[in-house]
Amino acid sequence: MVKEVICKDRLAQLETVMDEHKGKKGCLMPILHESQKIFGCIPLGVQKVIADATGIPMAEIYGVVTFYSHFSIEPKGDFVIGVCMGTACYVKNAGKILDDFVKQANVKVGETSEDGKFTLEATRCIGACGLAPVITINEDVYGRLKADAQEVADILAKY
Amino acid sequence: MKSLQELENLKLQSQKLVNLRLGDRQNSPHKHHVLICQGTGCVSAKATVIEEAFHEHLAKHNLTEDVVVARTGCFGICEAGPVVIVYPEGAFYSHVTPEDAERITKNHLVEGNVVTDLLLEGSSVGDKIIPINEIPFYKKQKRVSLALCGLINPENILEYIAFDGYKALAKAVLEMSPKAIIDEIKESGIRGRGGGGFSTGRKWEFTMNTQADQKYIVCNGDEGDPGAFMDRSILEGDPHAIIEAMAIAGYAVGANQGYVYVRAEYPIATNRLQIAIDQAKDFGLLGKNIFESDFNFDLEIRLGAGAFVCGEETALLNSIEGQRGMPNPRPPYPAVEGLWGKPTVINNVETFSNIPQIILNGAKWFSDMGTEGSNGTKVFALGGKIKNTGLIEVPMGITLREVIFDVGGGIPNGKKFKAVQTGGPSGGCLTEEHLDTPIDFDNLTRLGAMMGSGGMIVMDEDNCMVDIAKFFLEFTVDESCGKCAPCRVGTKKMLNILNRITSGTSEMAELDRLEELAKNIKISSLCGLGQTAPNPVLSTLKNFREEYEAHVKDNKCPSGVCKDLLNYFILDTCIGCTLCTRHCPVNAITGEKKEVHHIDTKTCIKCNVCVEKCKFNAIEVR
Amino acid sequence: MRGKTAMKTVNLTIDDLPVQVDENMTVLEAALQVGIDIPTLCFLKGVCEVGDCRICVVEVDGFDNLKSACVFPVSEGMVVKTHTKKVRLSRKSTMELILATHSKECLTCCRSTNCELQTLAEELGITELYYSDESPEEVTYDDKSNSIIRDQSKCILCARCAHVCSKTQGTGILGFVGRGVKTRVTTAFDKSLADTPCLFCGQCVVSCPVGAISEKVDIDKVWDVLEDPDIHVVVQTAPAVRSALGEEFGLPFGTNVQGKMVAALKRLGFNKVYDTSFGADLTIMEEGHELLDRLNNDGVLPMITSCSPGWVRYCEHYYPEFIPNLSSCKSPHQMVGAVLKSYYAEKNNIDPAKIFVVSVMPCTSKKDEAARPELSVNGLQDVDCVITTRELAKMIRIGRIDFDMLEDAEFDRDLLGEYTGAGISFGATGGVMEASLRTVADIMESKELRDIDYTQVRGMSDIKEATLVLGGRIFRVAVVHGTAAAGRLLDLIKSGVTTYDFIEVMGCSGGCVAGGGQPHVTAKEKMKLDIREARANVLREVDNSKDYRKSHQNPQVQKLYTDYLGKPNSQKAHELLHTHYTAKEKFPLE
Repeated sequence: MVKEVICKDRLAQLETVMDEHKGKKGCLMPILHESQKIFGCIPLGVQKVIADATGIPMAEIYGVVTFYSHFSIEPKGDFVIGVCMGTACYVKNAGKILDDFVKQANVKVGETSEDGKFTLEATRCIGACGLAPVITINEDVYGRLKADAQEVADILAKY
Repeated sequence: MKSLQELENLKLQSQKLVNLRLGDRQNSPHKHHVLICQGTGCVSAKATVIEEAFHEHLAKHNLTEDVVVARTGCFGICEAGPVVIVYPEGAFYSHVTPEDAERITKNHLVEGNVVTDLLLEGSSVGDKIIPINEIPFYKKQKRVSLALCGLINPENILEYIAFDGYKALAKAVLEMSPKAIIDEIKESGIRGRGGGGFSTGRKWEFTMNTQADQKYIVCNGDEGDPGAFMDRSILEGDPHAIIEAMAIAGYAVGANQGYVYVRAEYPIATNRLQIAIDQAKDFGLLGKNIFESDFNFDLEIRLGAGAFVCGEETALLNSIEGQRGMPNPRPPYPAVEGLWGKPTVINNVETFSNIPQIILNGAKWFSDMGTEGSNGTKVFALGGKIKNTGLIEVPMGITLREVIFDVGGGIPNGKKFKAVQTGGPSGGCLTEEHLDTPIDFDNLTRLGAMMGSGGMIVMDEDNCMVDIAKFFLEFTVDESCGKCAPCRVGTKKMLNILNRITSGTSEMAELDRLEELAKNIKISSLCGLGQTAPNPVLSTLKNFREEYEAHVKDNKCPSGVCKDLLNYFILDTCIGCTLCTRHCPVNAITGEKKEVHHIDTKTCIKCNVCVEKCKFNAIEVR
Repeated sequence: MRGKTAMKTVNLTIDDLPVQVDENMTVLEAALQVGIDIPTLCFLKGVCEVGDCRICVVEVDGFDNLKSACVFPVSEGMVVKTHTKKVRLSRKSTMELILATHSKECLTCCRSTNCELQTLAEELGITELYYSDESPEEVTYDDKSNSIIRDQSKCILCARCAHVCSKTQGTGILGFVGRGVKTRVTTAFDKSLADTPCLFCGQCVVSCPVGAISEKVDIDKVWDVLEDPDIHVVVQTAPAVRSALGEEFGLPFGTNVQGKMVAALKRLGFNKVYDTSFGADLTIMEEGHELLDRLNNDGVLPMITSCSPGWVRYCEHYYPEFIPNLSSCKSPHQMVGAVLKSYYAEKNNIDPAKIFVVSVMPCTSKKDEAARPELSVNGLQDVDCVITTRELAKMIRIGRIDFDMLEDAEFDRDLLGEYTGAGISFGATGGVMEASLRTVADIMESKELRDIDYTQVRGMSDIKEATLVLGGRIFRVAVVHGTAAAGRLLDLIKSGVTTYDFIEVMGCSGGCVAGGGQPHVTAKEKMKLDIREARANVLREVDNSKDYRKSHQNPQVQKLYTDYLGKPNSQKAHELLHTHYTAKEKFPLE
């Protein structure tokens, strides 16, 4: 499924953001954060606009984007499943939960399903260690999971 | 803000906002305070919905004037969340649901009857509520960094001021010389809480002594250790303390600009910190001519973007500058040549949170706590196989046993303690024999673990130590910045060896190679990440070598974790219901109806479906 | 901290030897002073000083972990150990890890026997490759451009290329991408260099310690035409080639091998061997008169030289607003090609289509330049093939010519056979400017000036300036080399801070003597000696030894004008010797 990522409206938003930041010291990170928000990812077309406006070489921008896991080049799915792989969750079987999502949502870790519905991420500690093991789907949080397959099926059925 | 007097007046006015929480019923305009924990853990468990529910029910009972509902930072006992405390009684409600808001409102706030069945276990004796600091979880704690977390509404600067907030800044700017401040910090003996444990006072002194037209203060809030969340909790629960501390540092070293680098994964902390910065600016506590002196100080938040290595100070500075977060060799140290080449003080959140109190109470007050060489307290994030998962603050020198069994409540489900991992991916695993060791910087390092940022993950007999070492190594392989070969390639090669061990394709000689490689990575890597990355492997190799050998020699995972070494068997208790046969995705299970079934281990892909489906516990994994 | 005036010294001990050095030195530099050779890999003096590869690690008293000698500053009382067991094991272990990700096709590698990694592996005593069984990550191979090939399977992530590309060249085409074990040094979105605003200057090639970046080898084309009796093959060699070719055959830096080089070319079977310095003299005539025309007729100033193709690409991609400032002159070897296929062809009665022009250049960008469609006359490219100094050395070796035994030979003397001290100066930074001034000054002063050494524009500082009074007019010139410095200078001009009448820009730092096509020099040698200076001195000596030291004195250039072109900047001269430029996108999308 191809999604329209770059459009006039979003580019205009990006212009506003860049007007605010460019020329300031260390402007690249804030601009990239905003871009990720506006476009849902930072593809080549967006990086080029940023390069042209800031004068930062493309390879440098690409290098920064690919360094930080928060930034992505490809658009993410409608629902981003984050399985917390913090230590507290891991020792409580988060690895098994991740495997179950791979199987049941039919998507590899770090990738988006073919229909563009789910993106599966093994996330760093989200700090809800009291709820371990915990997963998030967009804004929804599911904690104190039992790590069985049925539970994952029930959660996925909601989306 | 113009003078100390003005601040004192404001404090007096503000105290009535919080008196009730200190048991002073006379000088409070309200009957009750309902404090709802809104740390990330409790918010994830619907704390905001609970807050709305309280507002709804209070309105129903016309109590909106009499009862204050305040959102606070983390109480620490995340296991019991969502947590609500009602003052003046100090009733400690745990596992509160939005539905419970109605009962608490009606029974407690209207009728004055504490809802005993919702109280935290151990927070009452019979009907009698015991003071919070007498609850077993809090009894051995000493809260300095976390003093105001859970006590004040972090989004209201007046509540901070009511607890002497910004008084230390006033004292510093109006009464102390920069040198006097640095002497005080040095004398307190405080060491950096972010991992390295370097003397904070000396760091500041280097920066003070370096001549430059511009200097910076940076707060490291890039808490990347999986399983540690004290920095986040402090930013969420007491953000003004950080602002105040950074301003004090700015005054001491001669910096007028600060940056707080926060993980992008911490939206609540970022939001509260921004609110706090805005309020501090409104009150003239940040900005130009603070307390009518010629001291100016401004603060900005910079967001991380998901790179653990940015916790390393030079990497963090590169990230603020808009580059890849790759560390630089030191020297030059940031204190001399930091952000944009200018002298920069960089401390982590927890370190800064101690500063205002050291200035107010004096160096001796701080150095009286803790052990020789490790003064003060330390916050730990307790997690894993432990009853009271959460955040605790204890004096340095307390033993691991006290932390795990007294504060943490021990191991749940009657399981046996096996190991405790401190210091996250940089740390190591300690065993039963280390439990009575007093915790401080030097002891932990000596034992091959590390204070790190204070993650403390407890493991029981079900955890495989090789698997745990692999878990941490996978983390560092993924998070290595890629700059230097020992870390970039070396950790990956270590992981390959560990993968061979856990899949039964290794040999004993590889254990020695693993150890040799690990030692070389430690001494050869460019930054702290690489220099400590082998610790989880080295410490488990040292303390649990027999587990490694069992994997290699006998092709067995004693804890039953490493999948490739496990096989599935059906026990005689099978009644032949055929449920497993029907669900097996590879048809590895055969057997007649009502007869004991059999799994062909060669075909079996170990997906565990049969175990989950079997209603008779007839499938064994060994 | 740094750059303080008075030099302070400190005392330290390295391997029990007392050392007294400047306080701004690194441990590596201090060790070198007492003859202690600390191995390095990612270090490249002035370019890459980052301490990444961890090969140069040493023990420093007071630290548990090892320190990178290349970046660790010395201090008073410091005690350093450079070859303890701990150090040796560490270096060996790190080397094994680096080799684990490196292609092992050493036998067929373009850097075989000339590879810093290979040498180091031997020096560190690597005798087995424990980790080599594990499959490598996915890699890119890019040979789309006319000049440069990238083979990522050989990249060891030392990032020397990326540093030179961003720091010295100001282009930043290559950089670190990805993280952890997936880290690579590559272009944005892994585009081919052909699809990036790369200058093809080849500084990455001469910085690379291994075979991960190399020039596109075109010698087979040359072998083929040399065997073809119907083709008249003419070779020309740039000034800088003779200053470095000897290094390929073990001669010391700074040896002039002009005679042997010409002899080798003749032995290889070229029909004619000329010196591109003739073209340089011709360039001075055209460019000098273009400058005078601009000065006298309110033309666009400052005028900027256009003989460096890396610089021309830089201008087109990064500073297109300065295109009107670029001299319209073709570069010297292109002029030679154009003259060969017209004047020379006519005089010798050869069909221009049967003439094959080979340029031996110190430059990889010249390969791309020669392929530019606008650099042609009557549908024939001015130059048919460009090979680098390194490729010529390769041809000499393949041709089994014993370079040491060669008797010196002379360039062919007919038609294009004469060159002046001005022409040969083109090969080093400041040379074009000095050559221009020698001619332009004579014209502006209307007399033959005798004082012709413009020392202000010599030397290796990256931006050099001079102010002269010529013909009663104040004349301001600047010389800049390395495109990063050129960018800085252009920014100053744009902001109105400064202004000039004439600027010489060379794409590579040091000029053509240090071009991307010159022989590889190890980082160790570059640390001991500024090879730019050593090679530039060769050209300076030739200049000093020539009877004619001004381009307009070149009798064969004079004859070319009388017999064929008319006068400088004539219609005919324009057709053959001038070109145009096009603004190009800074970040082309496709």
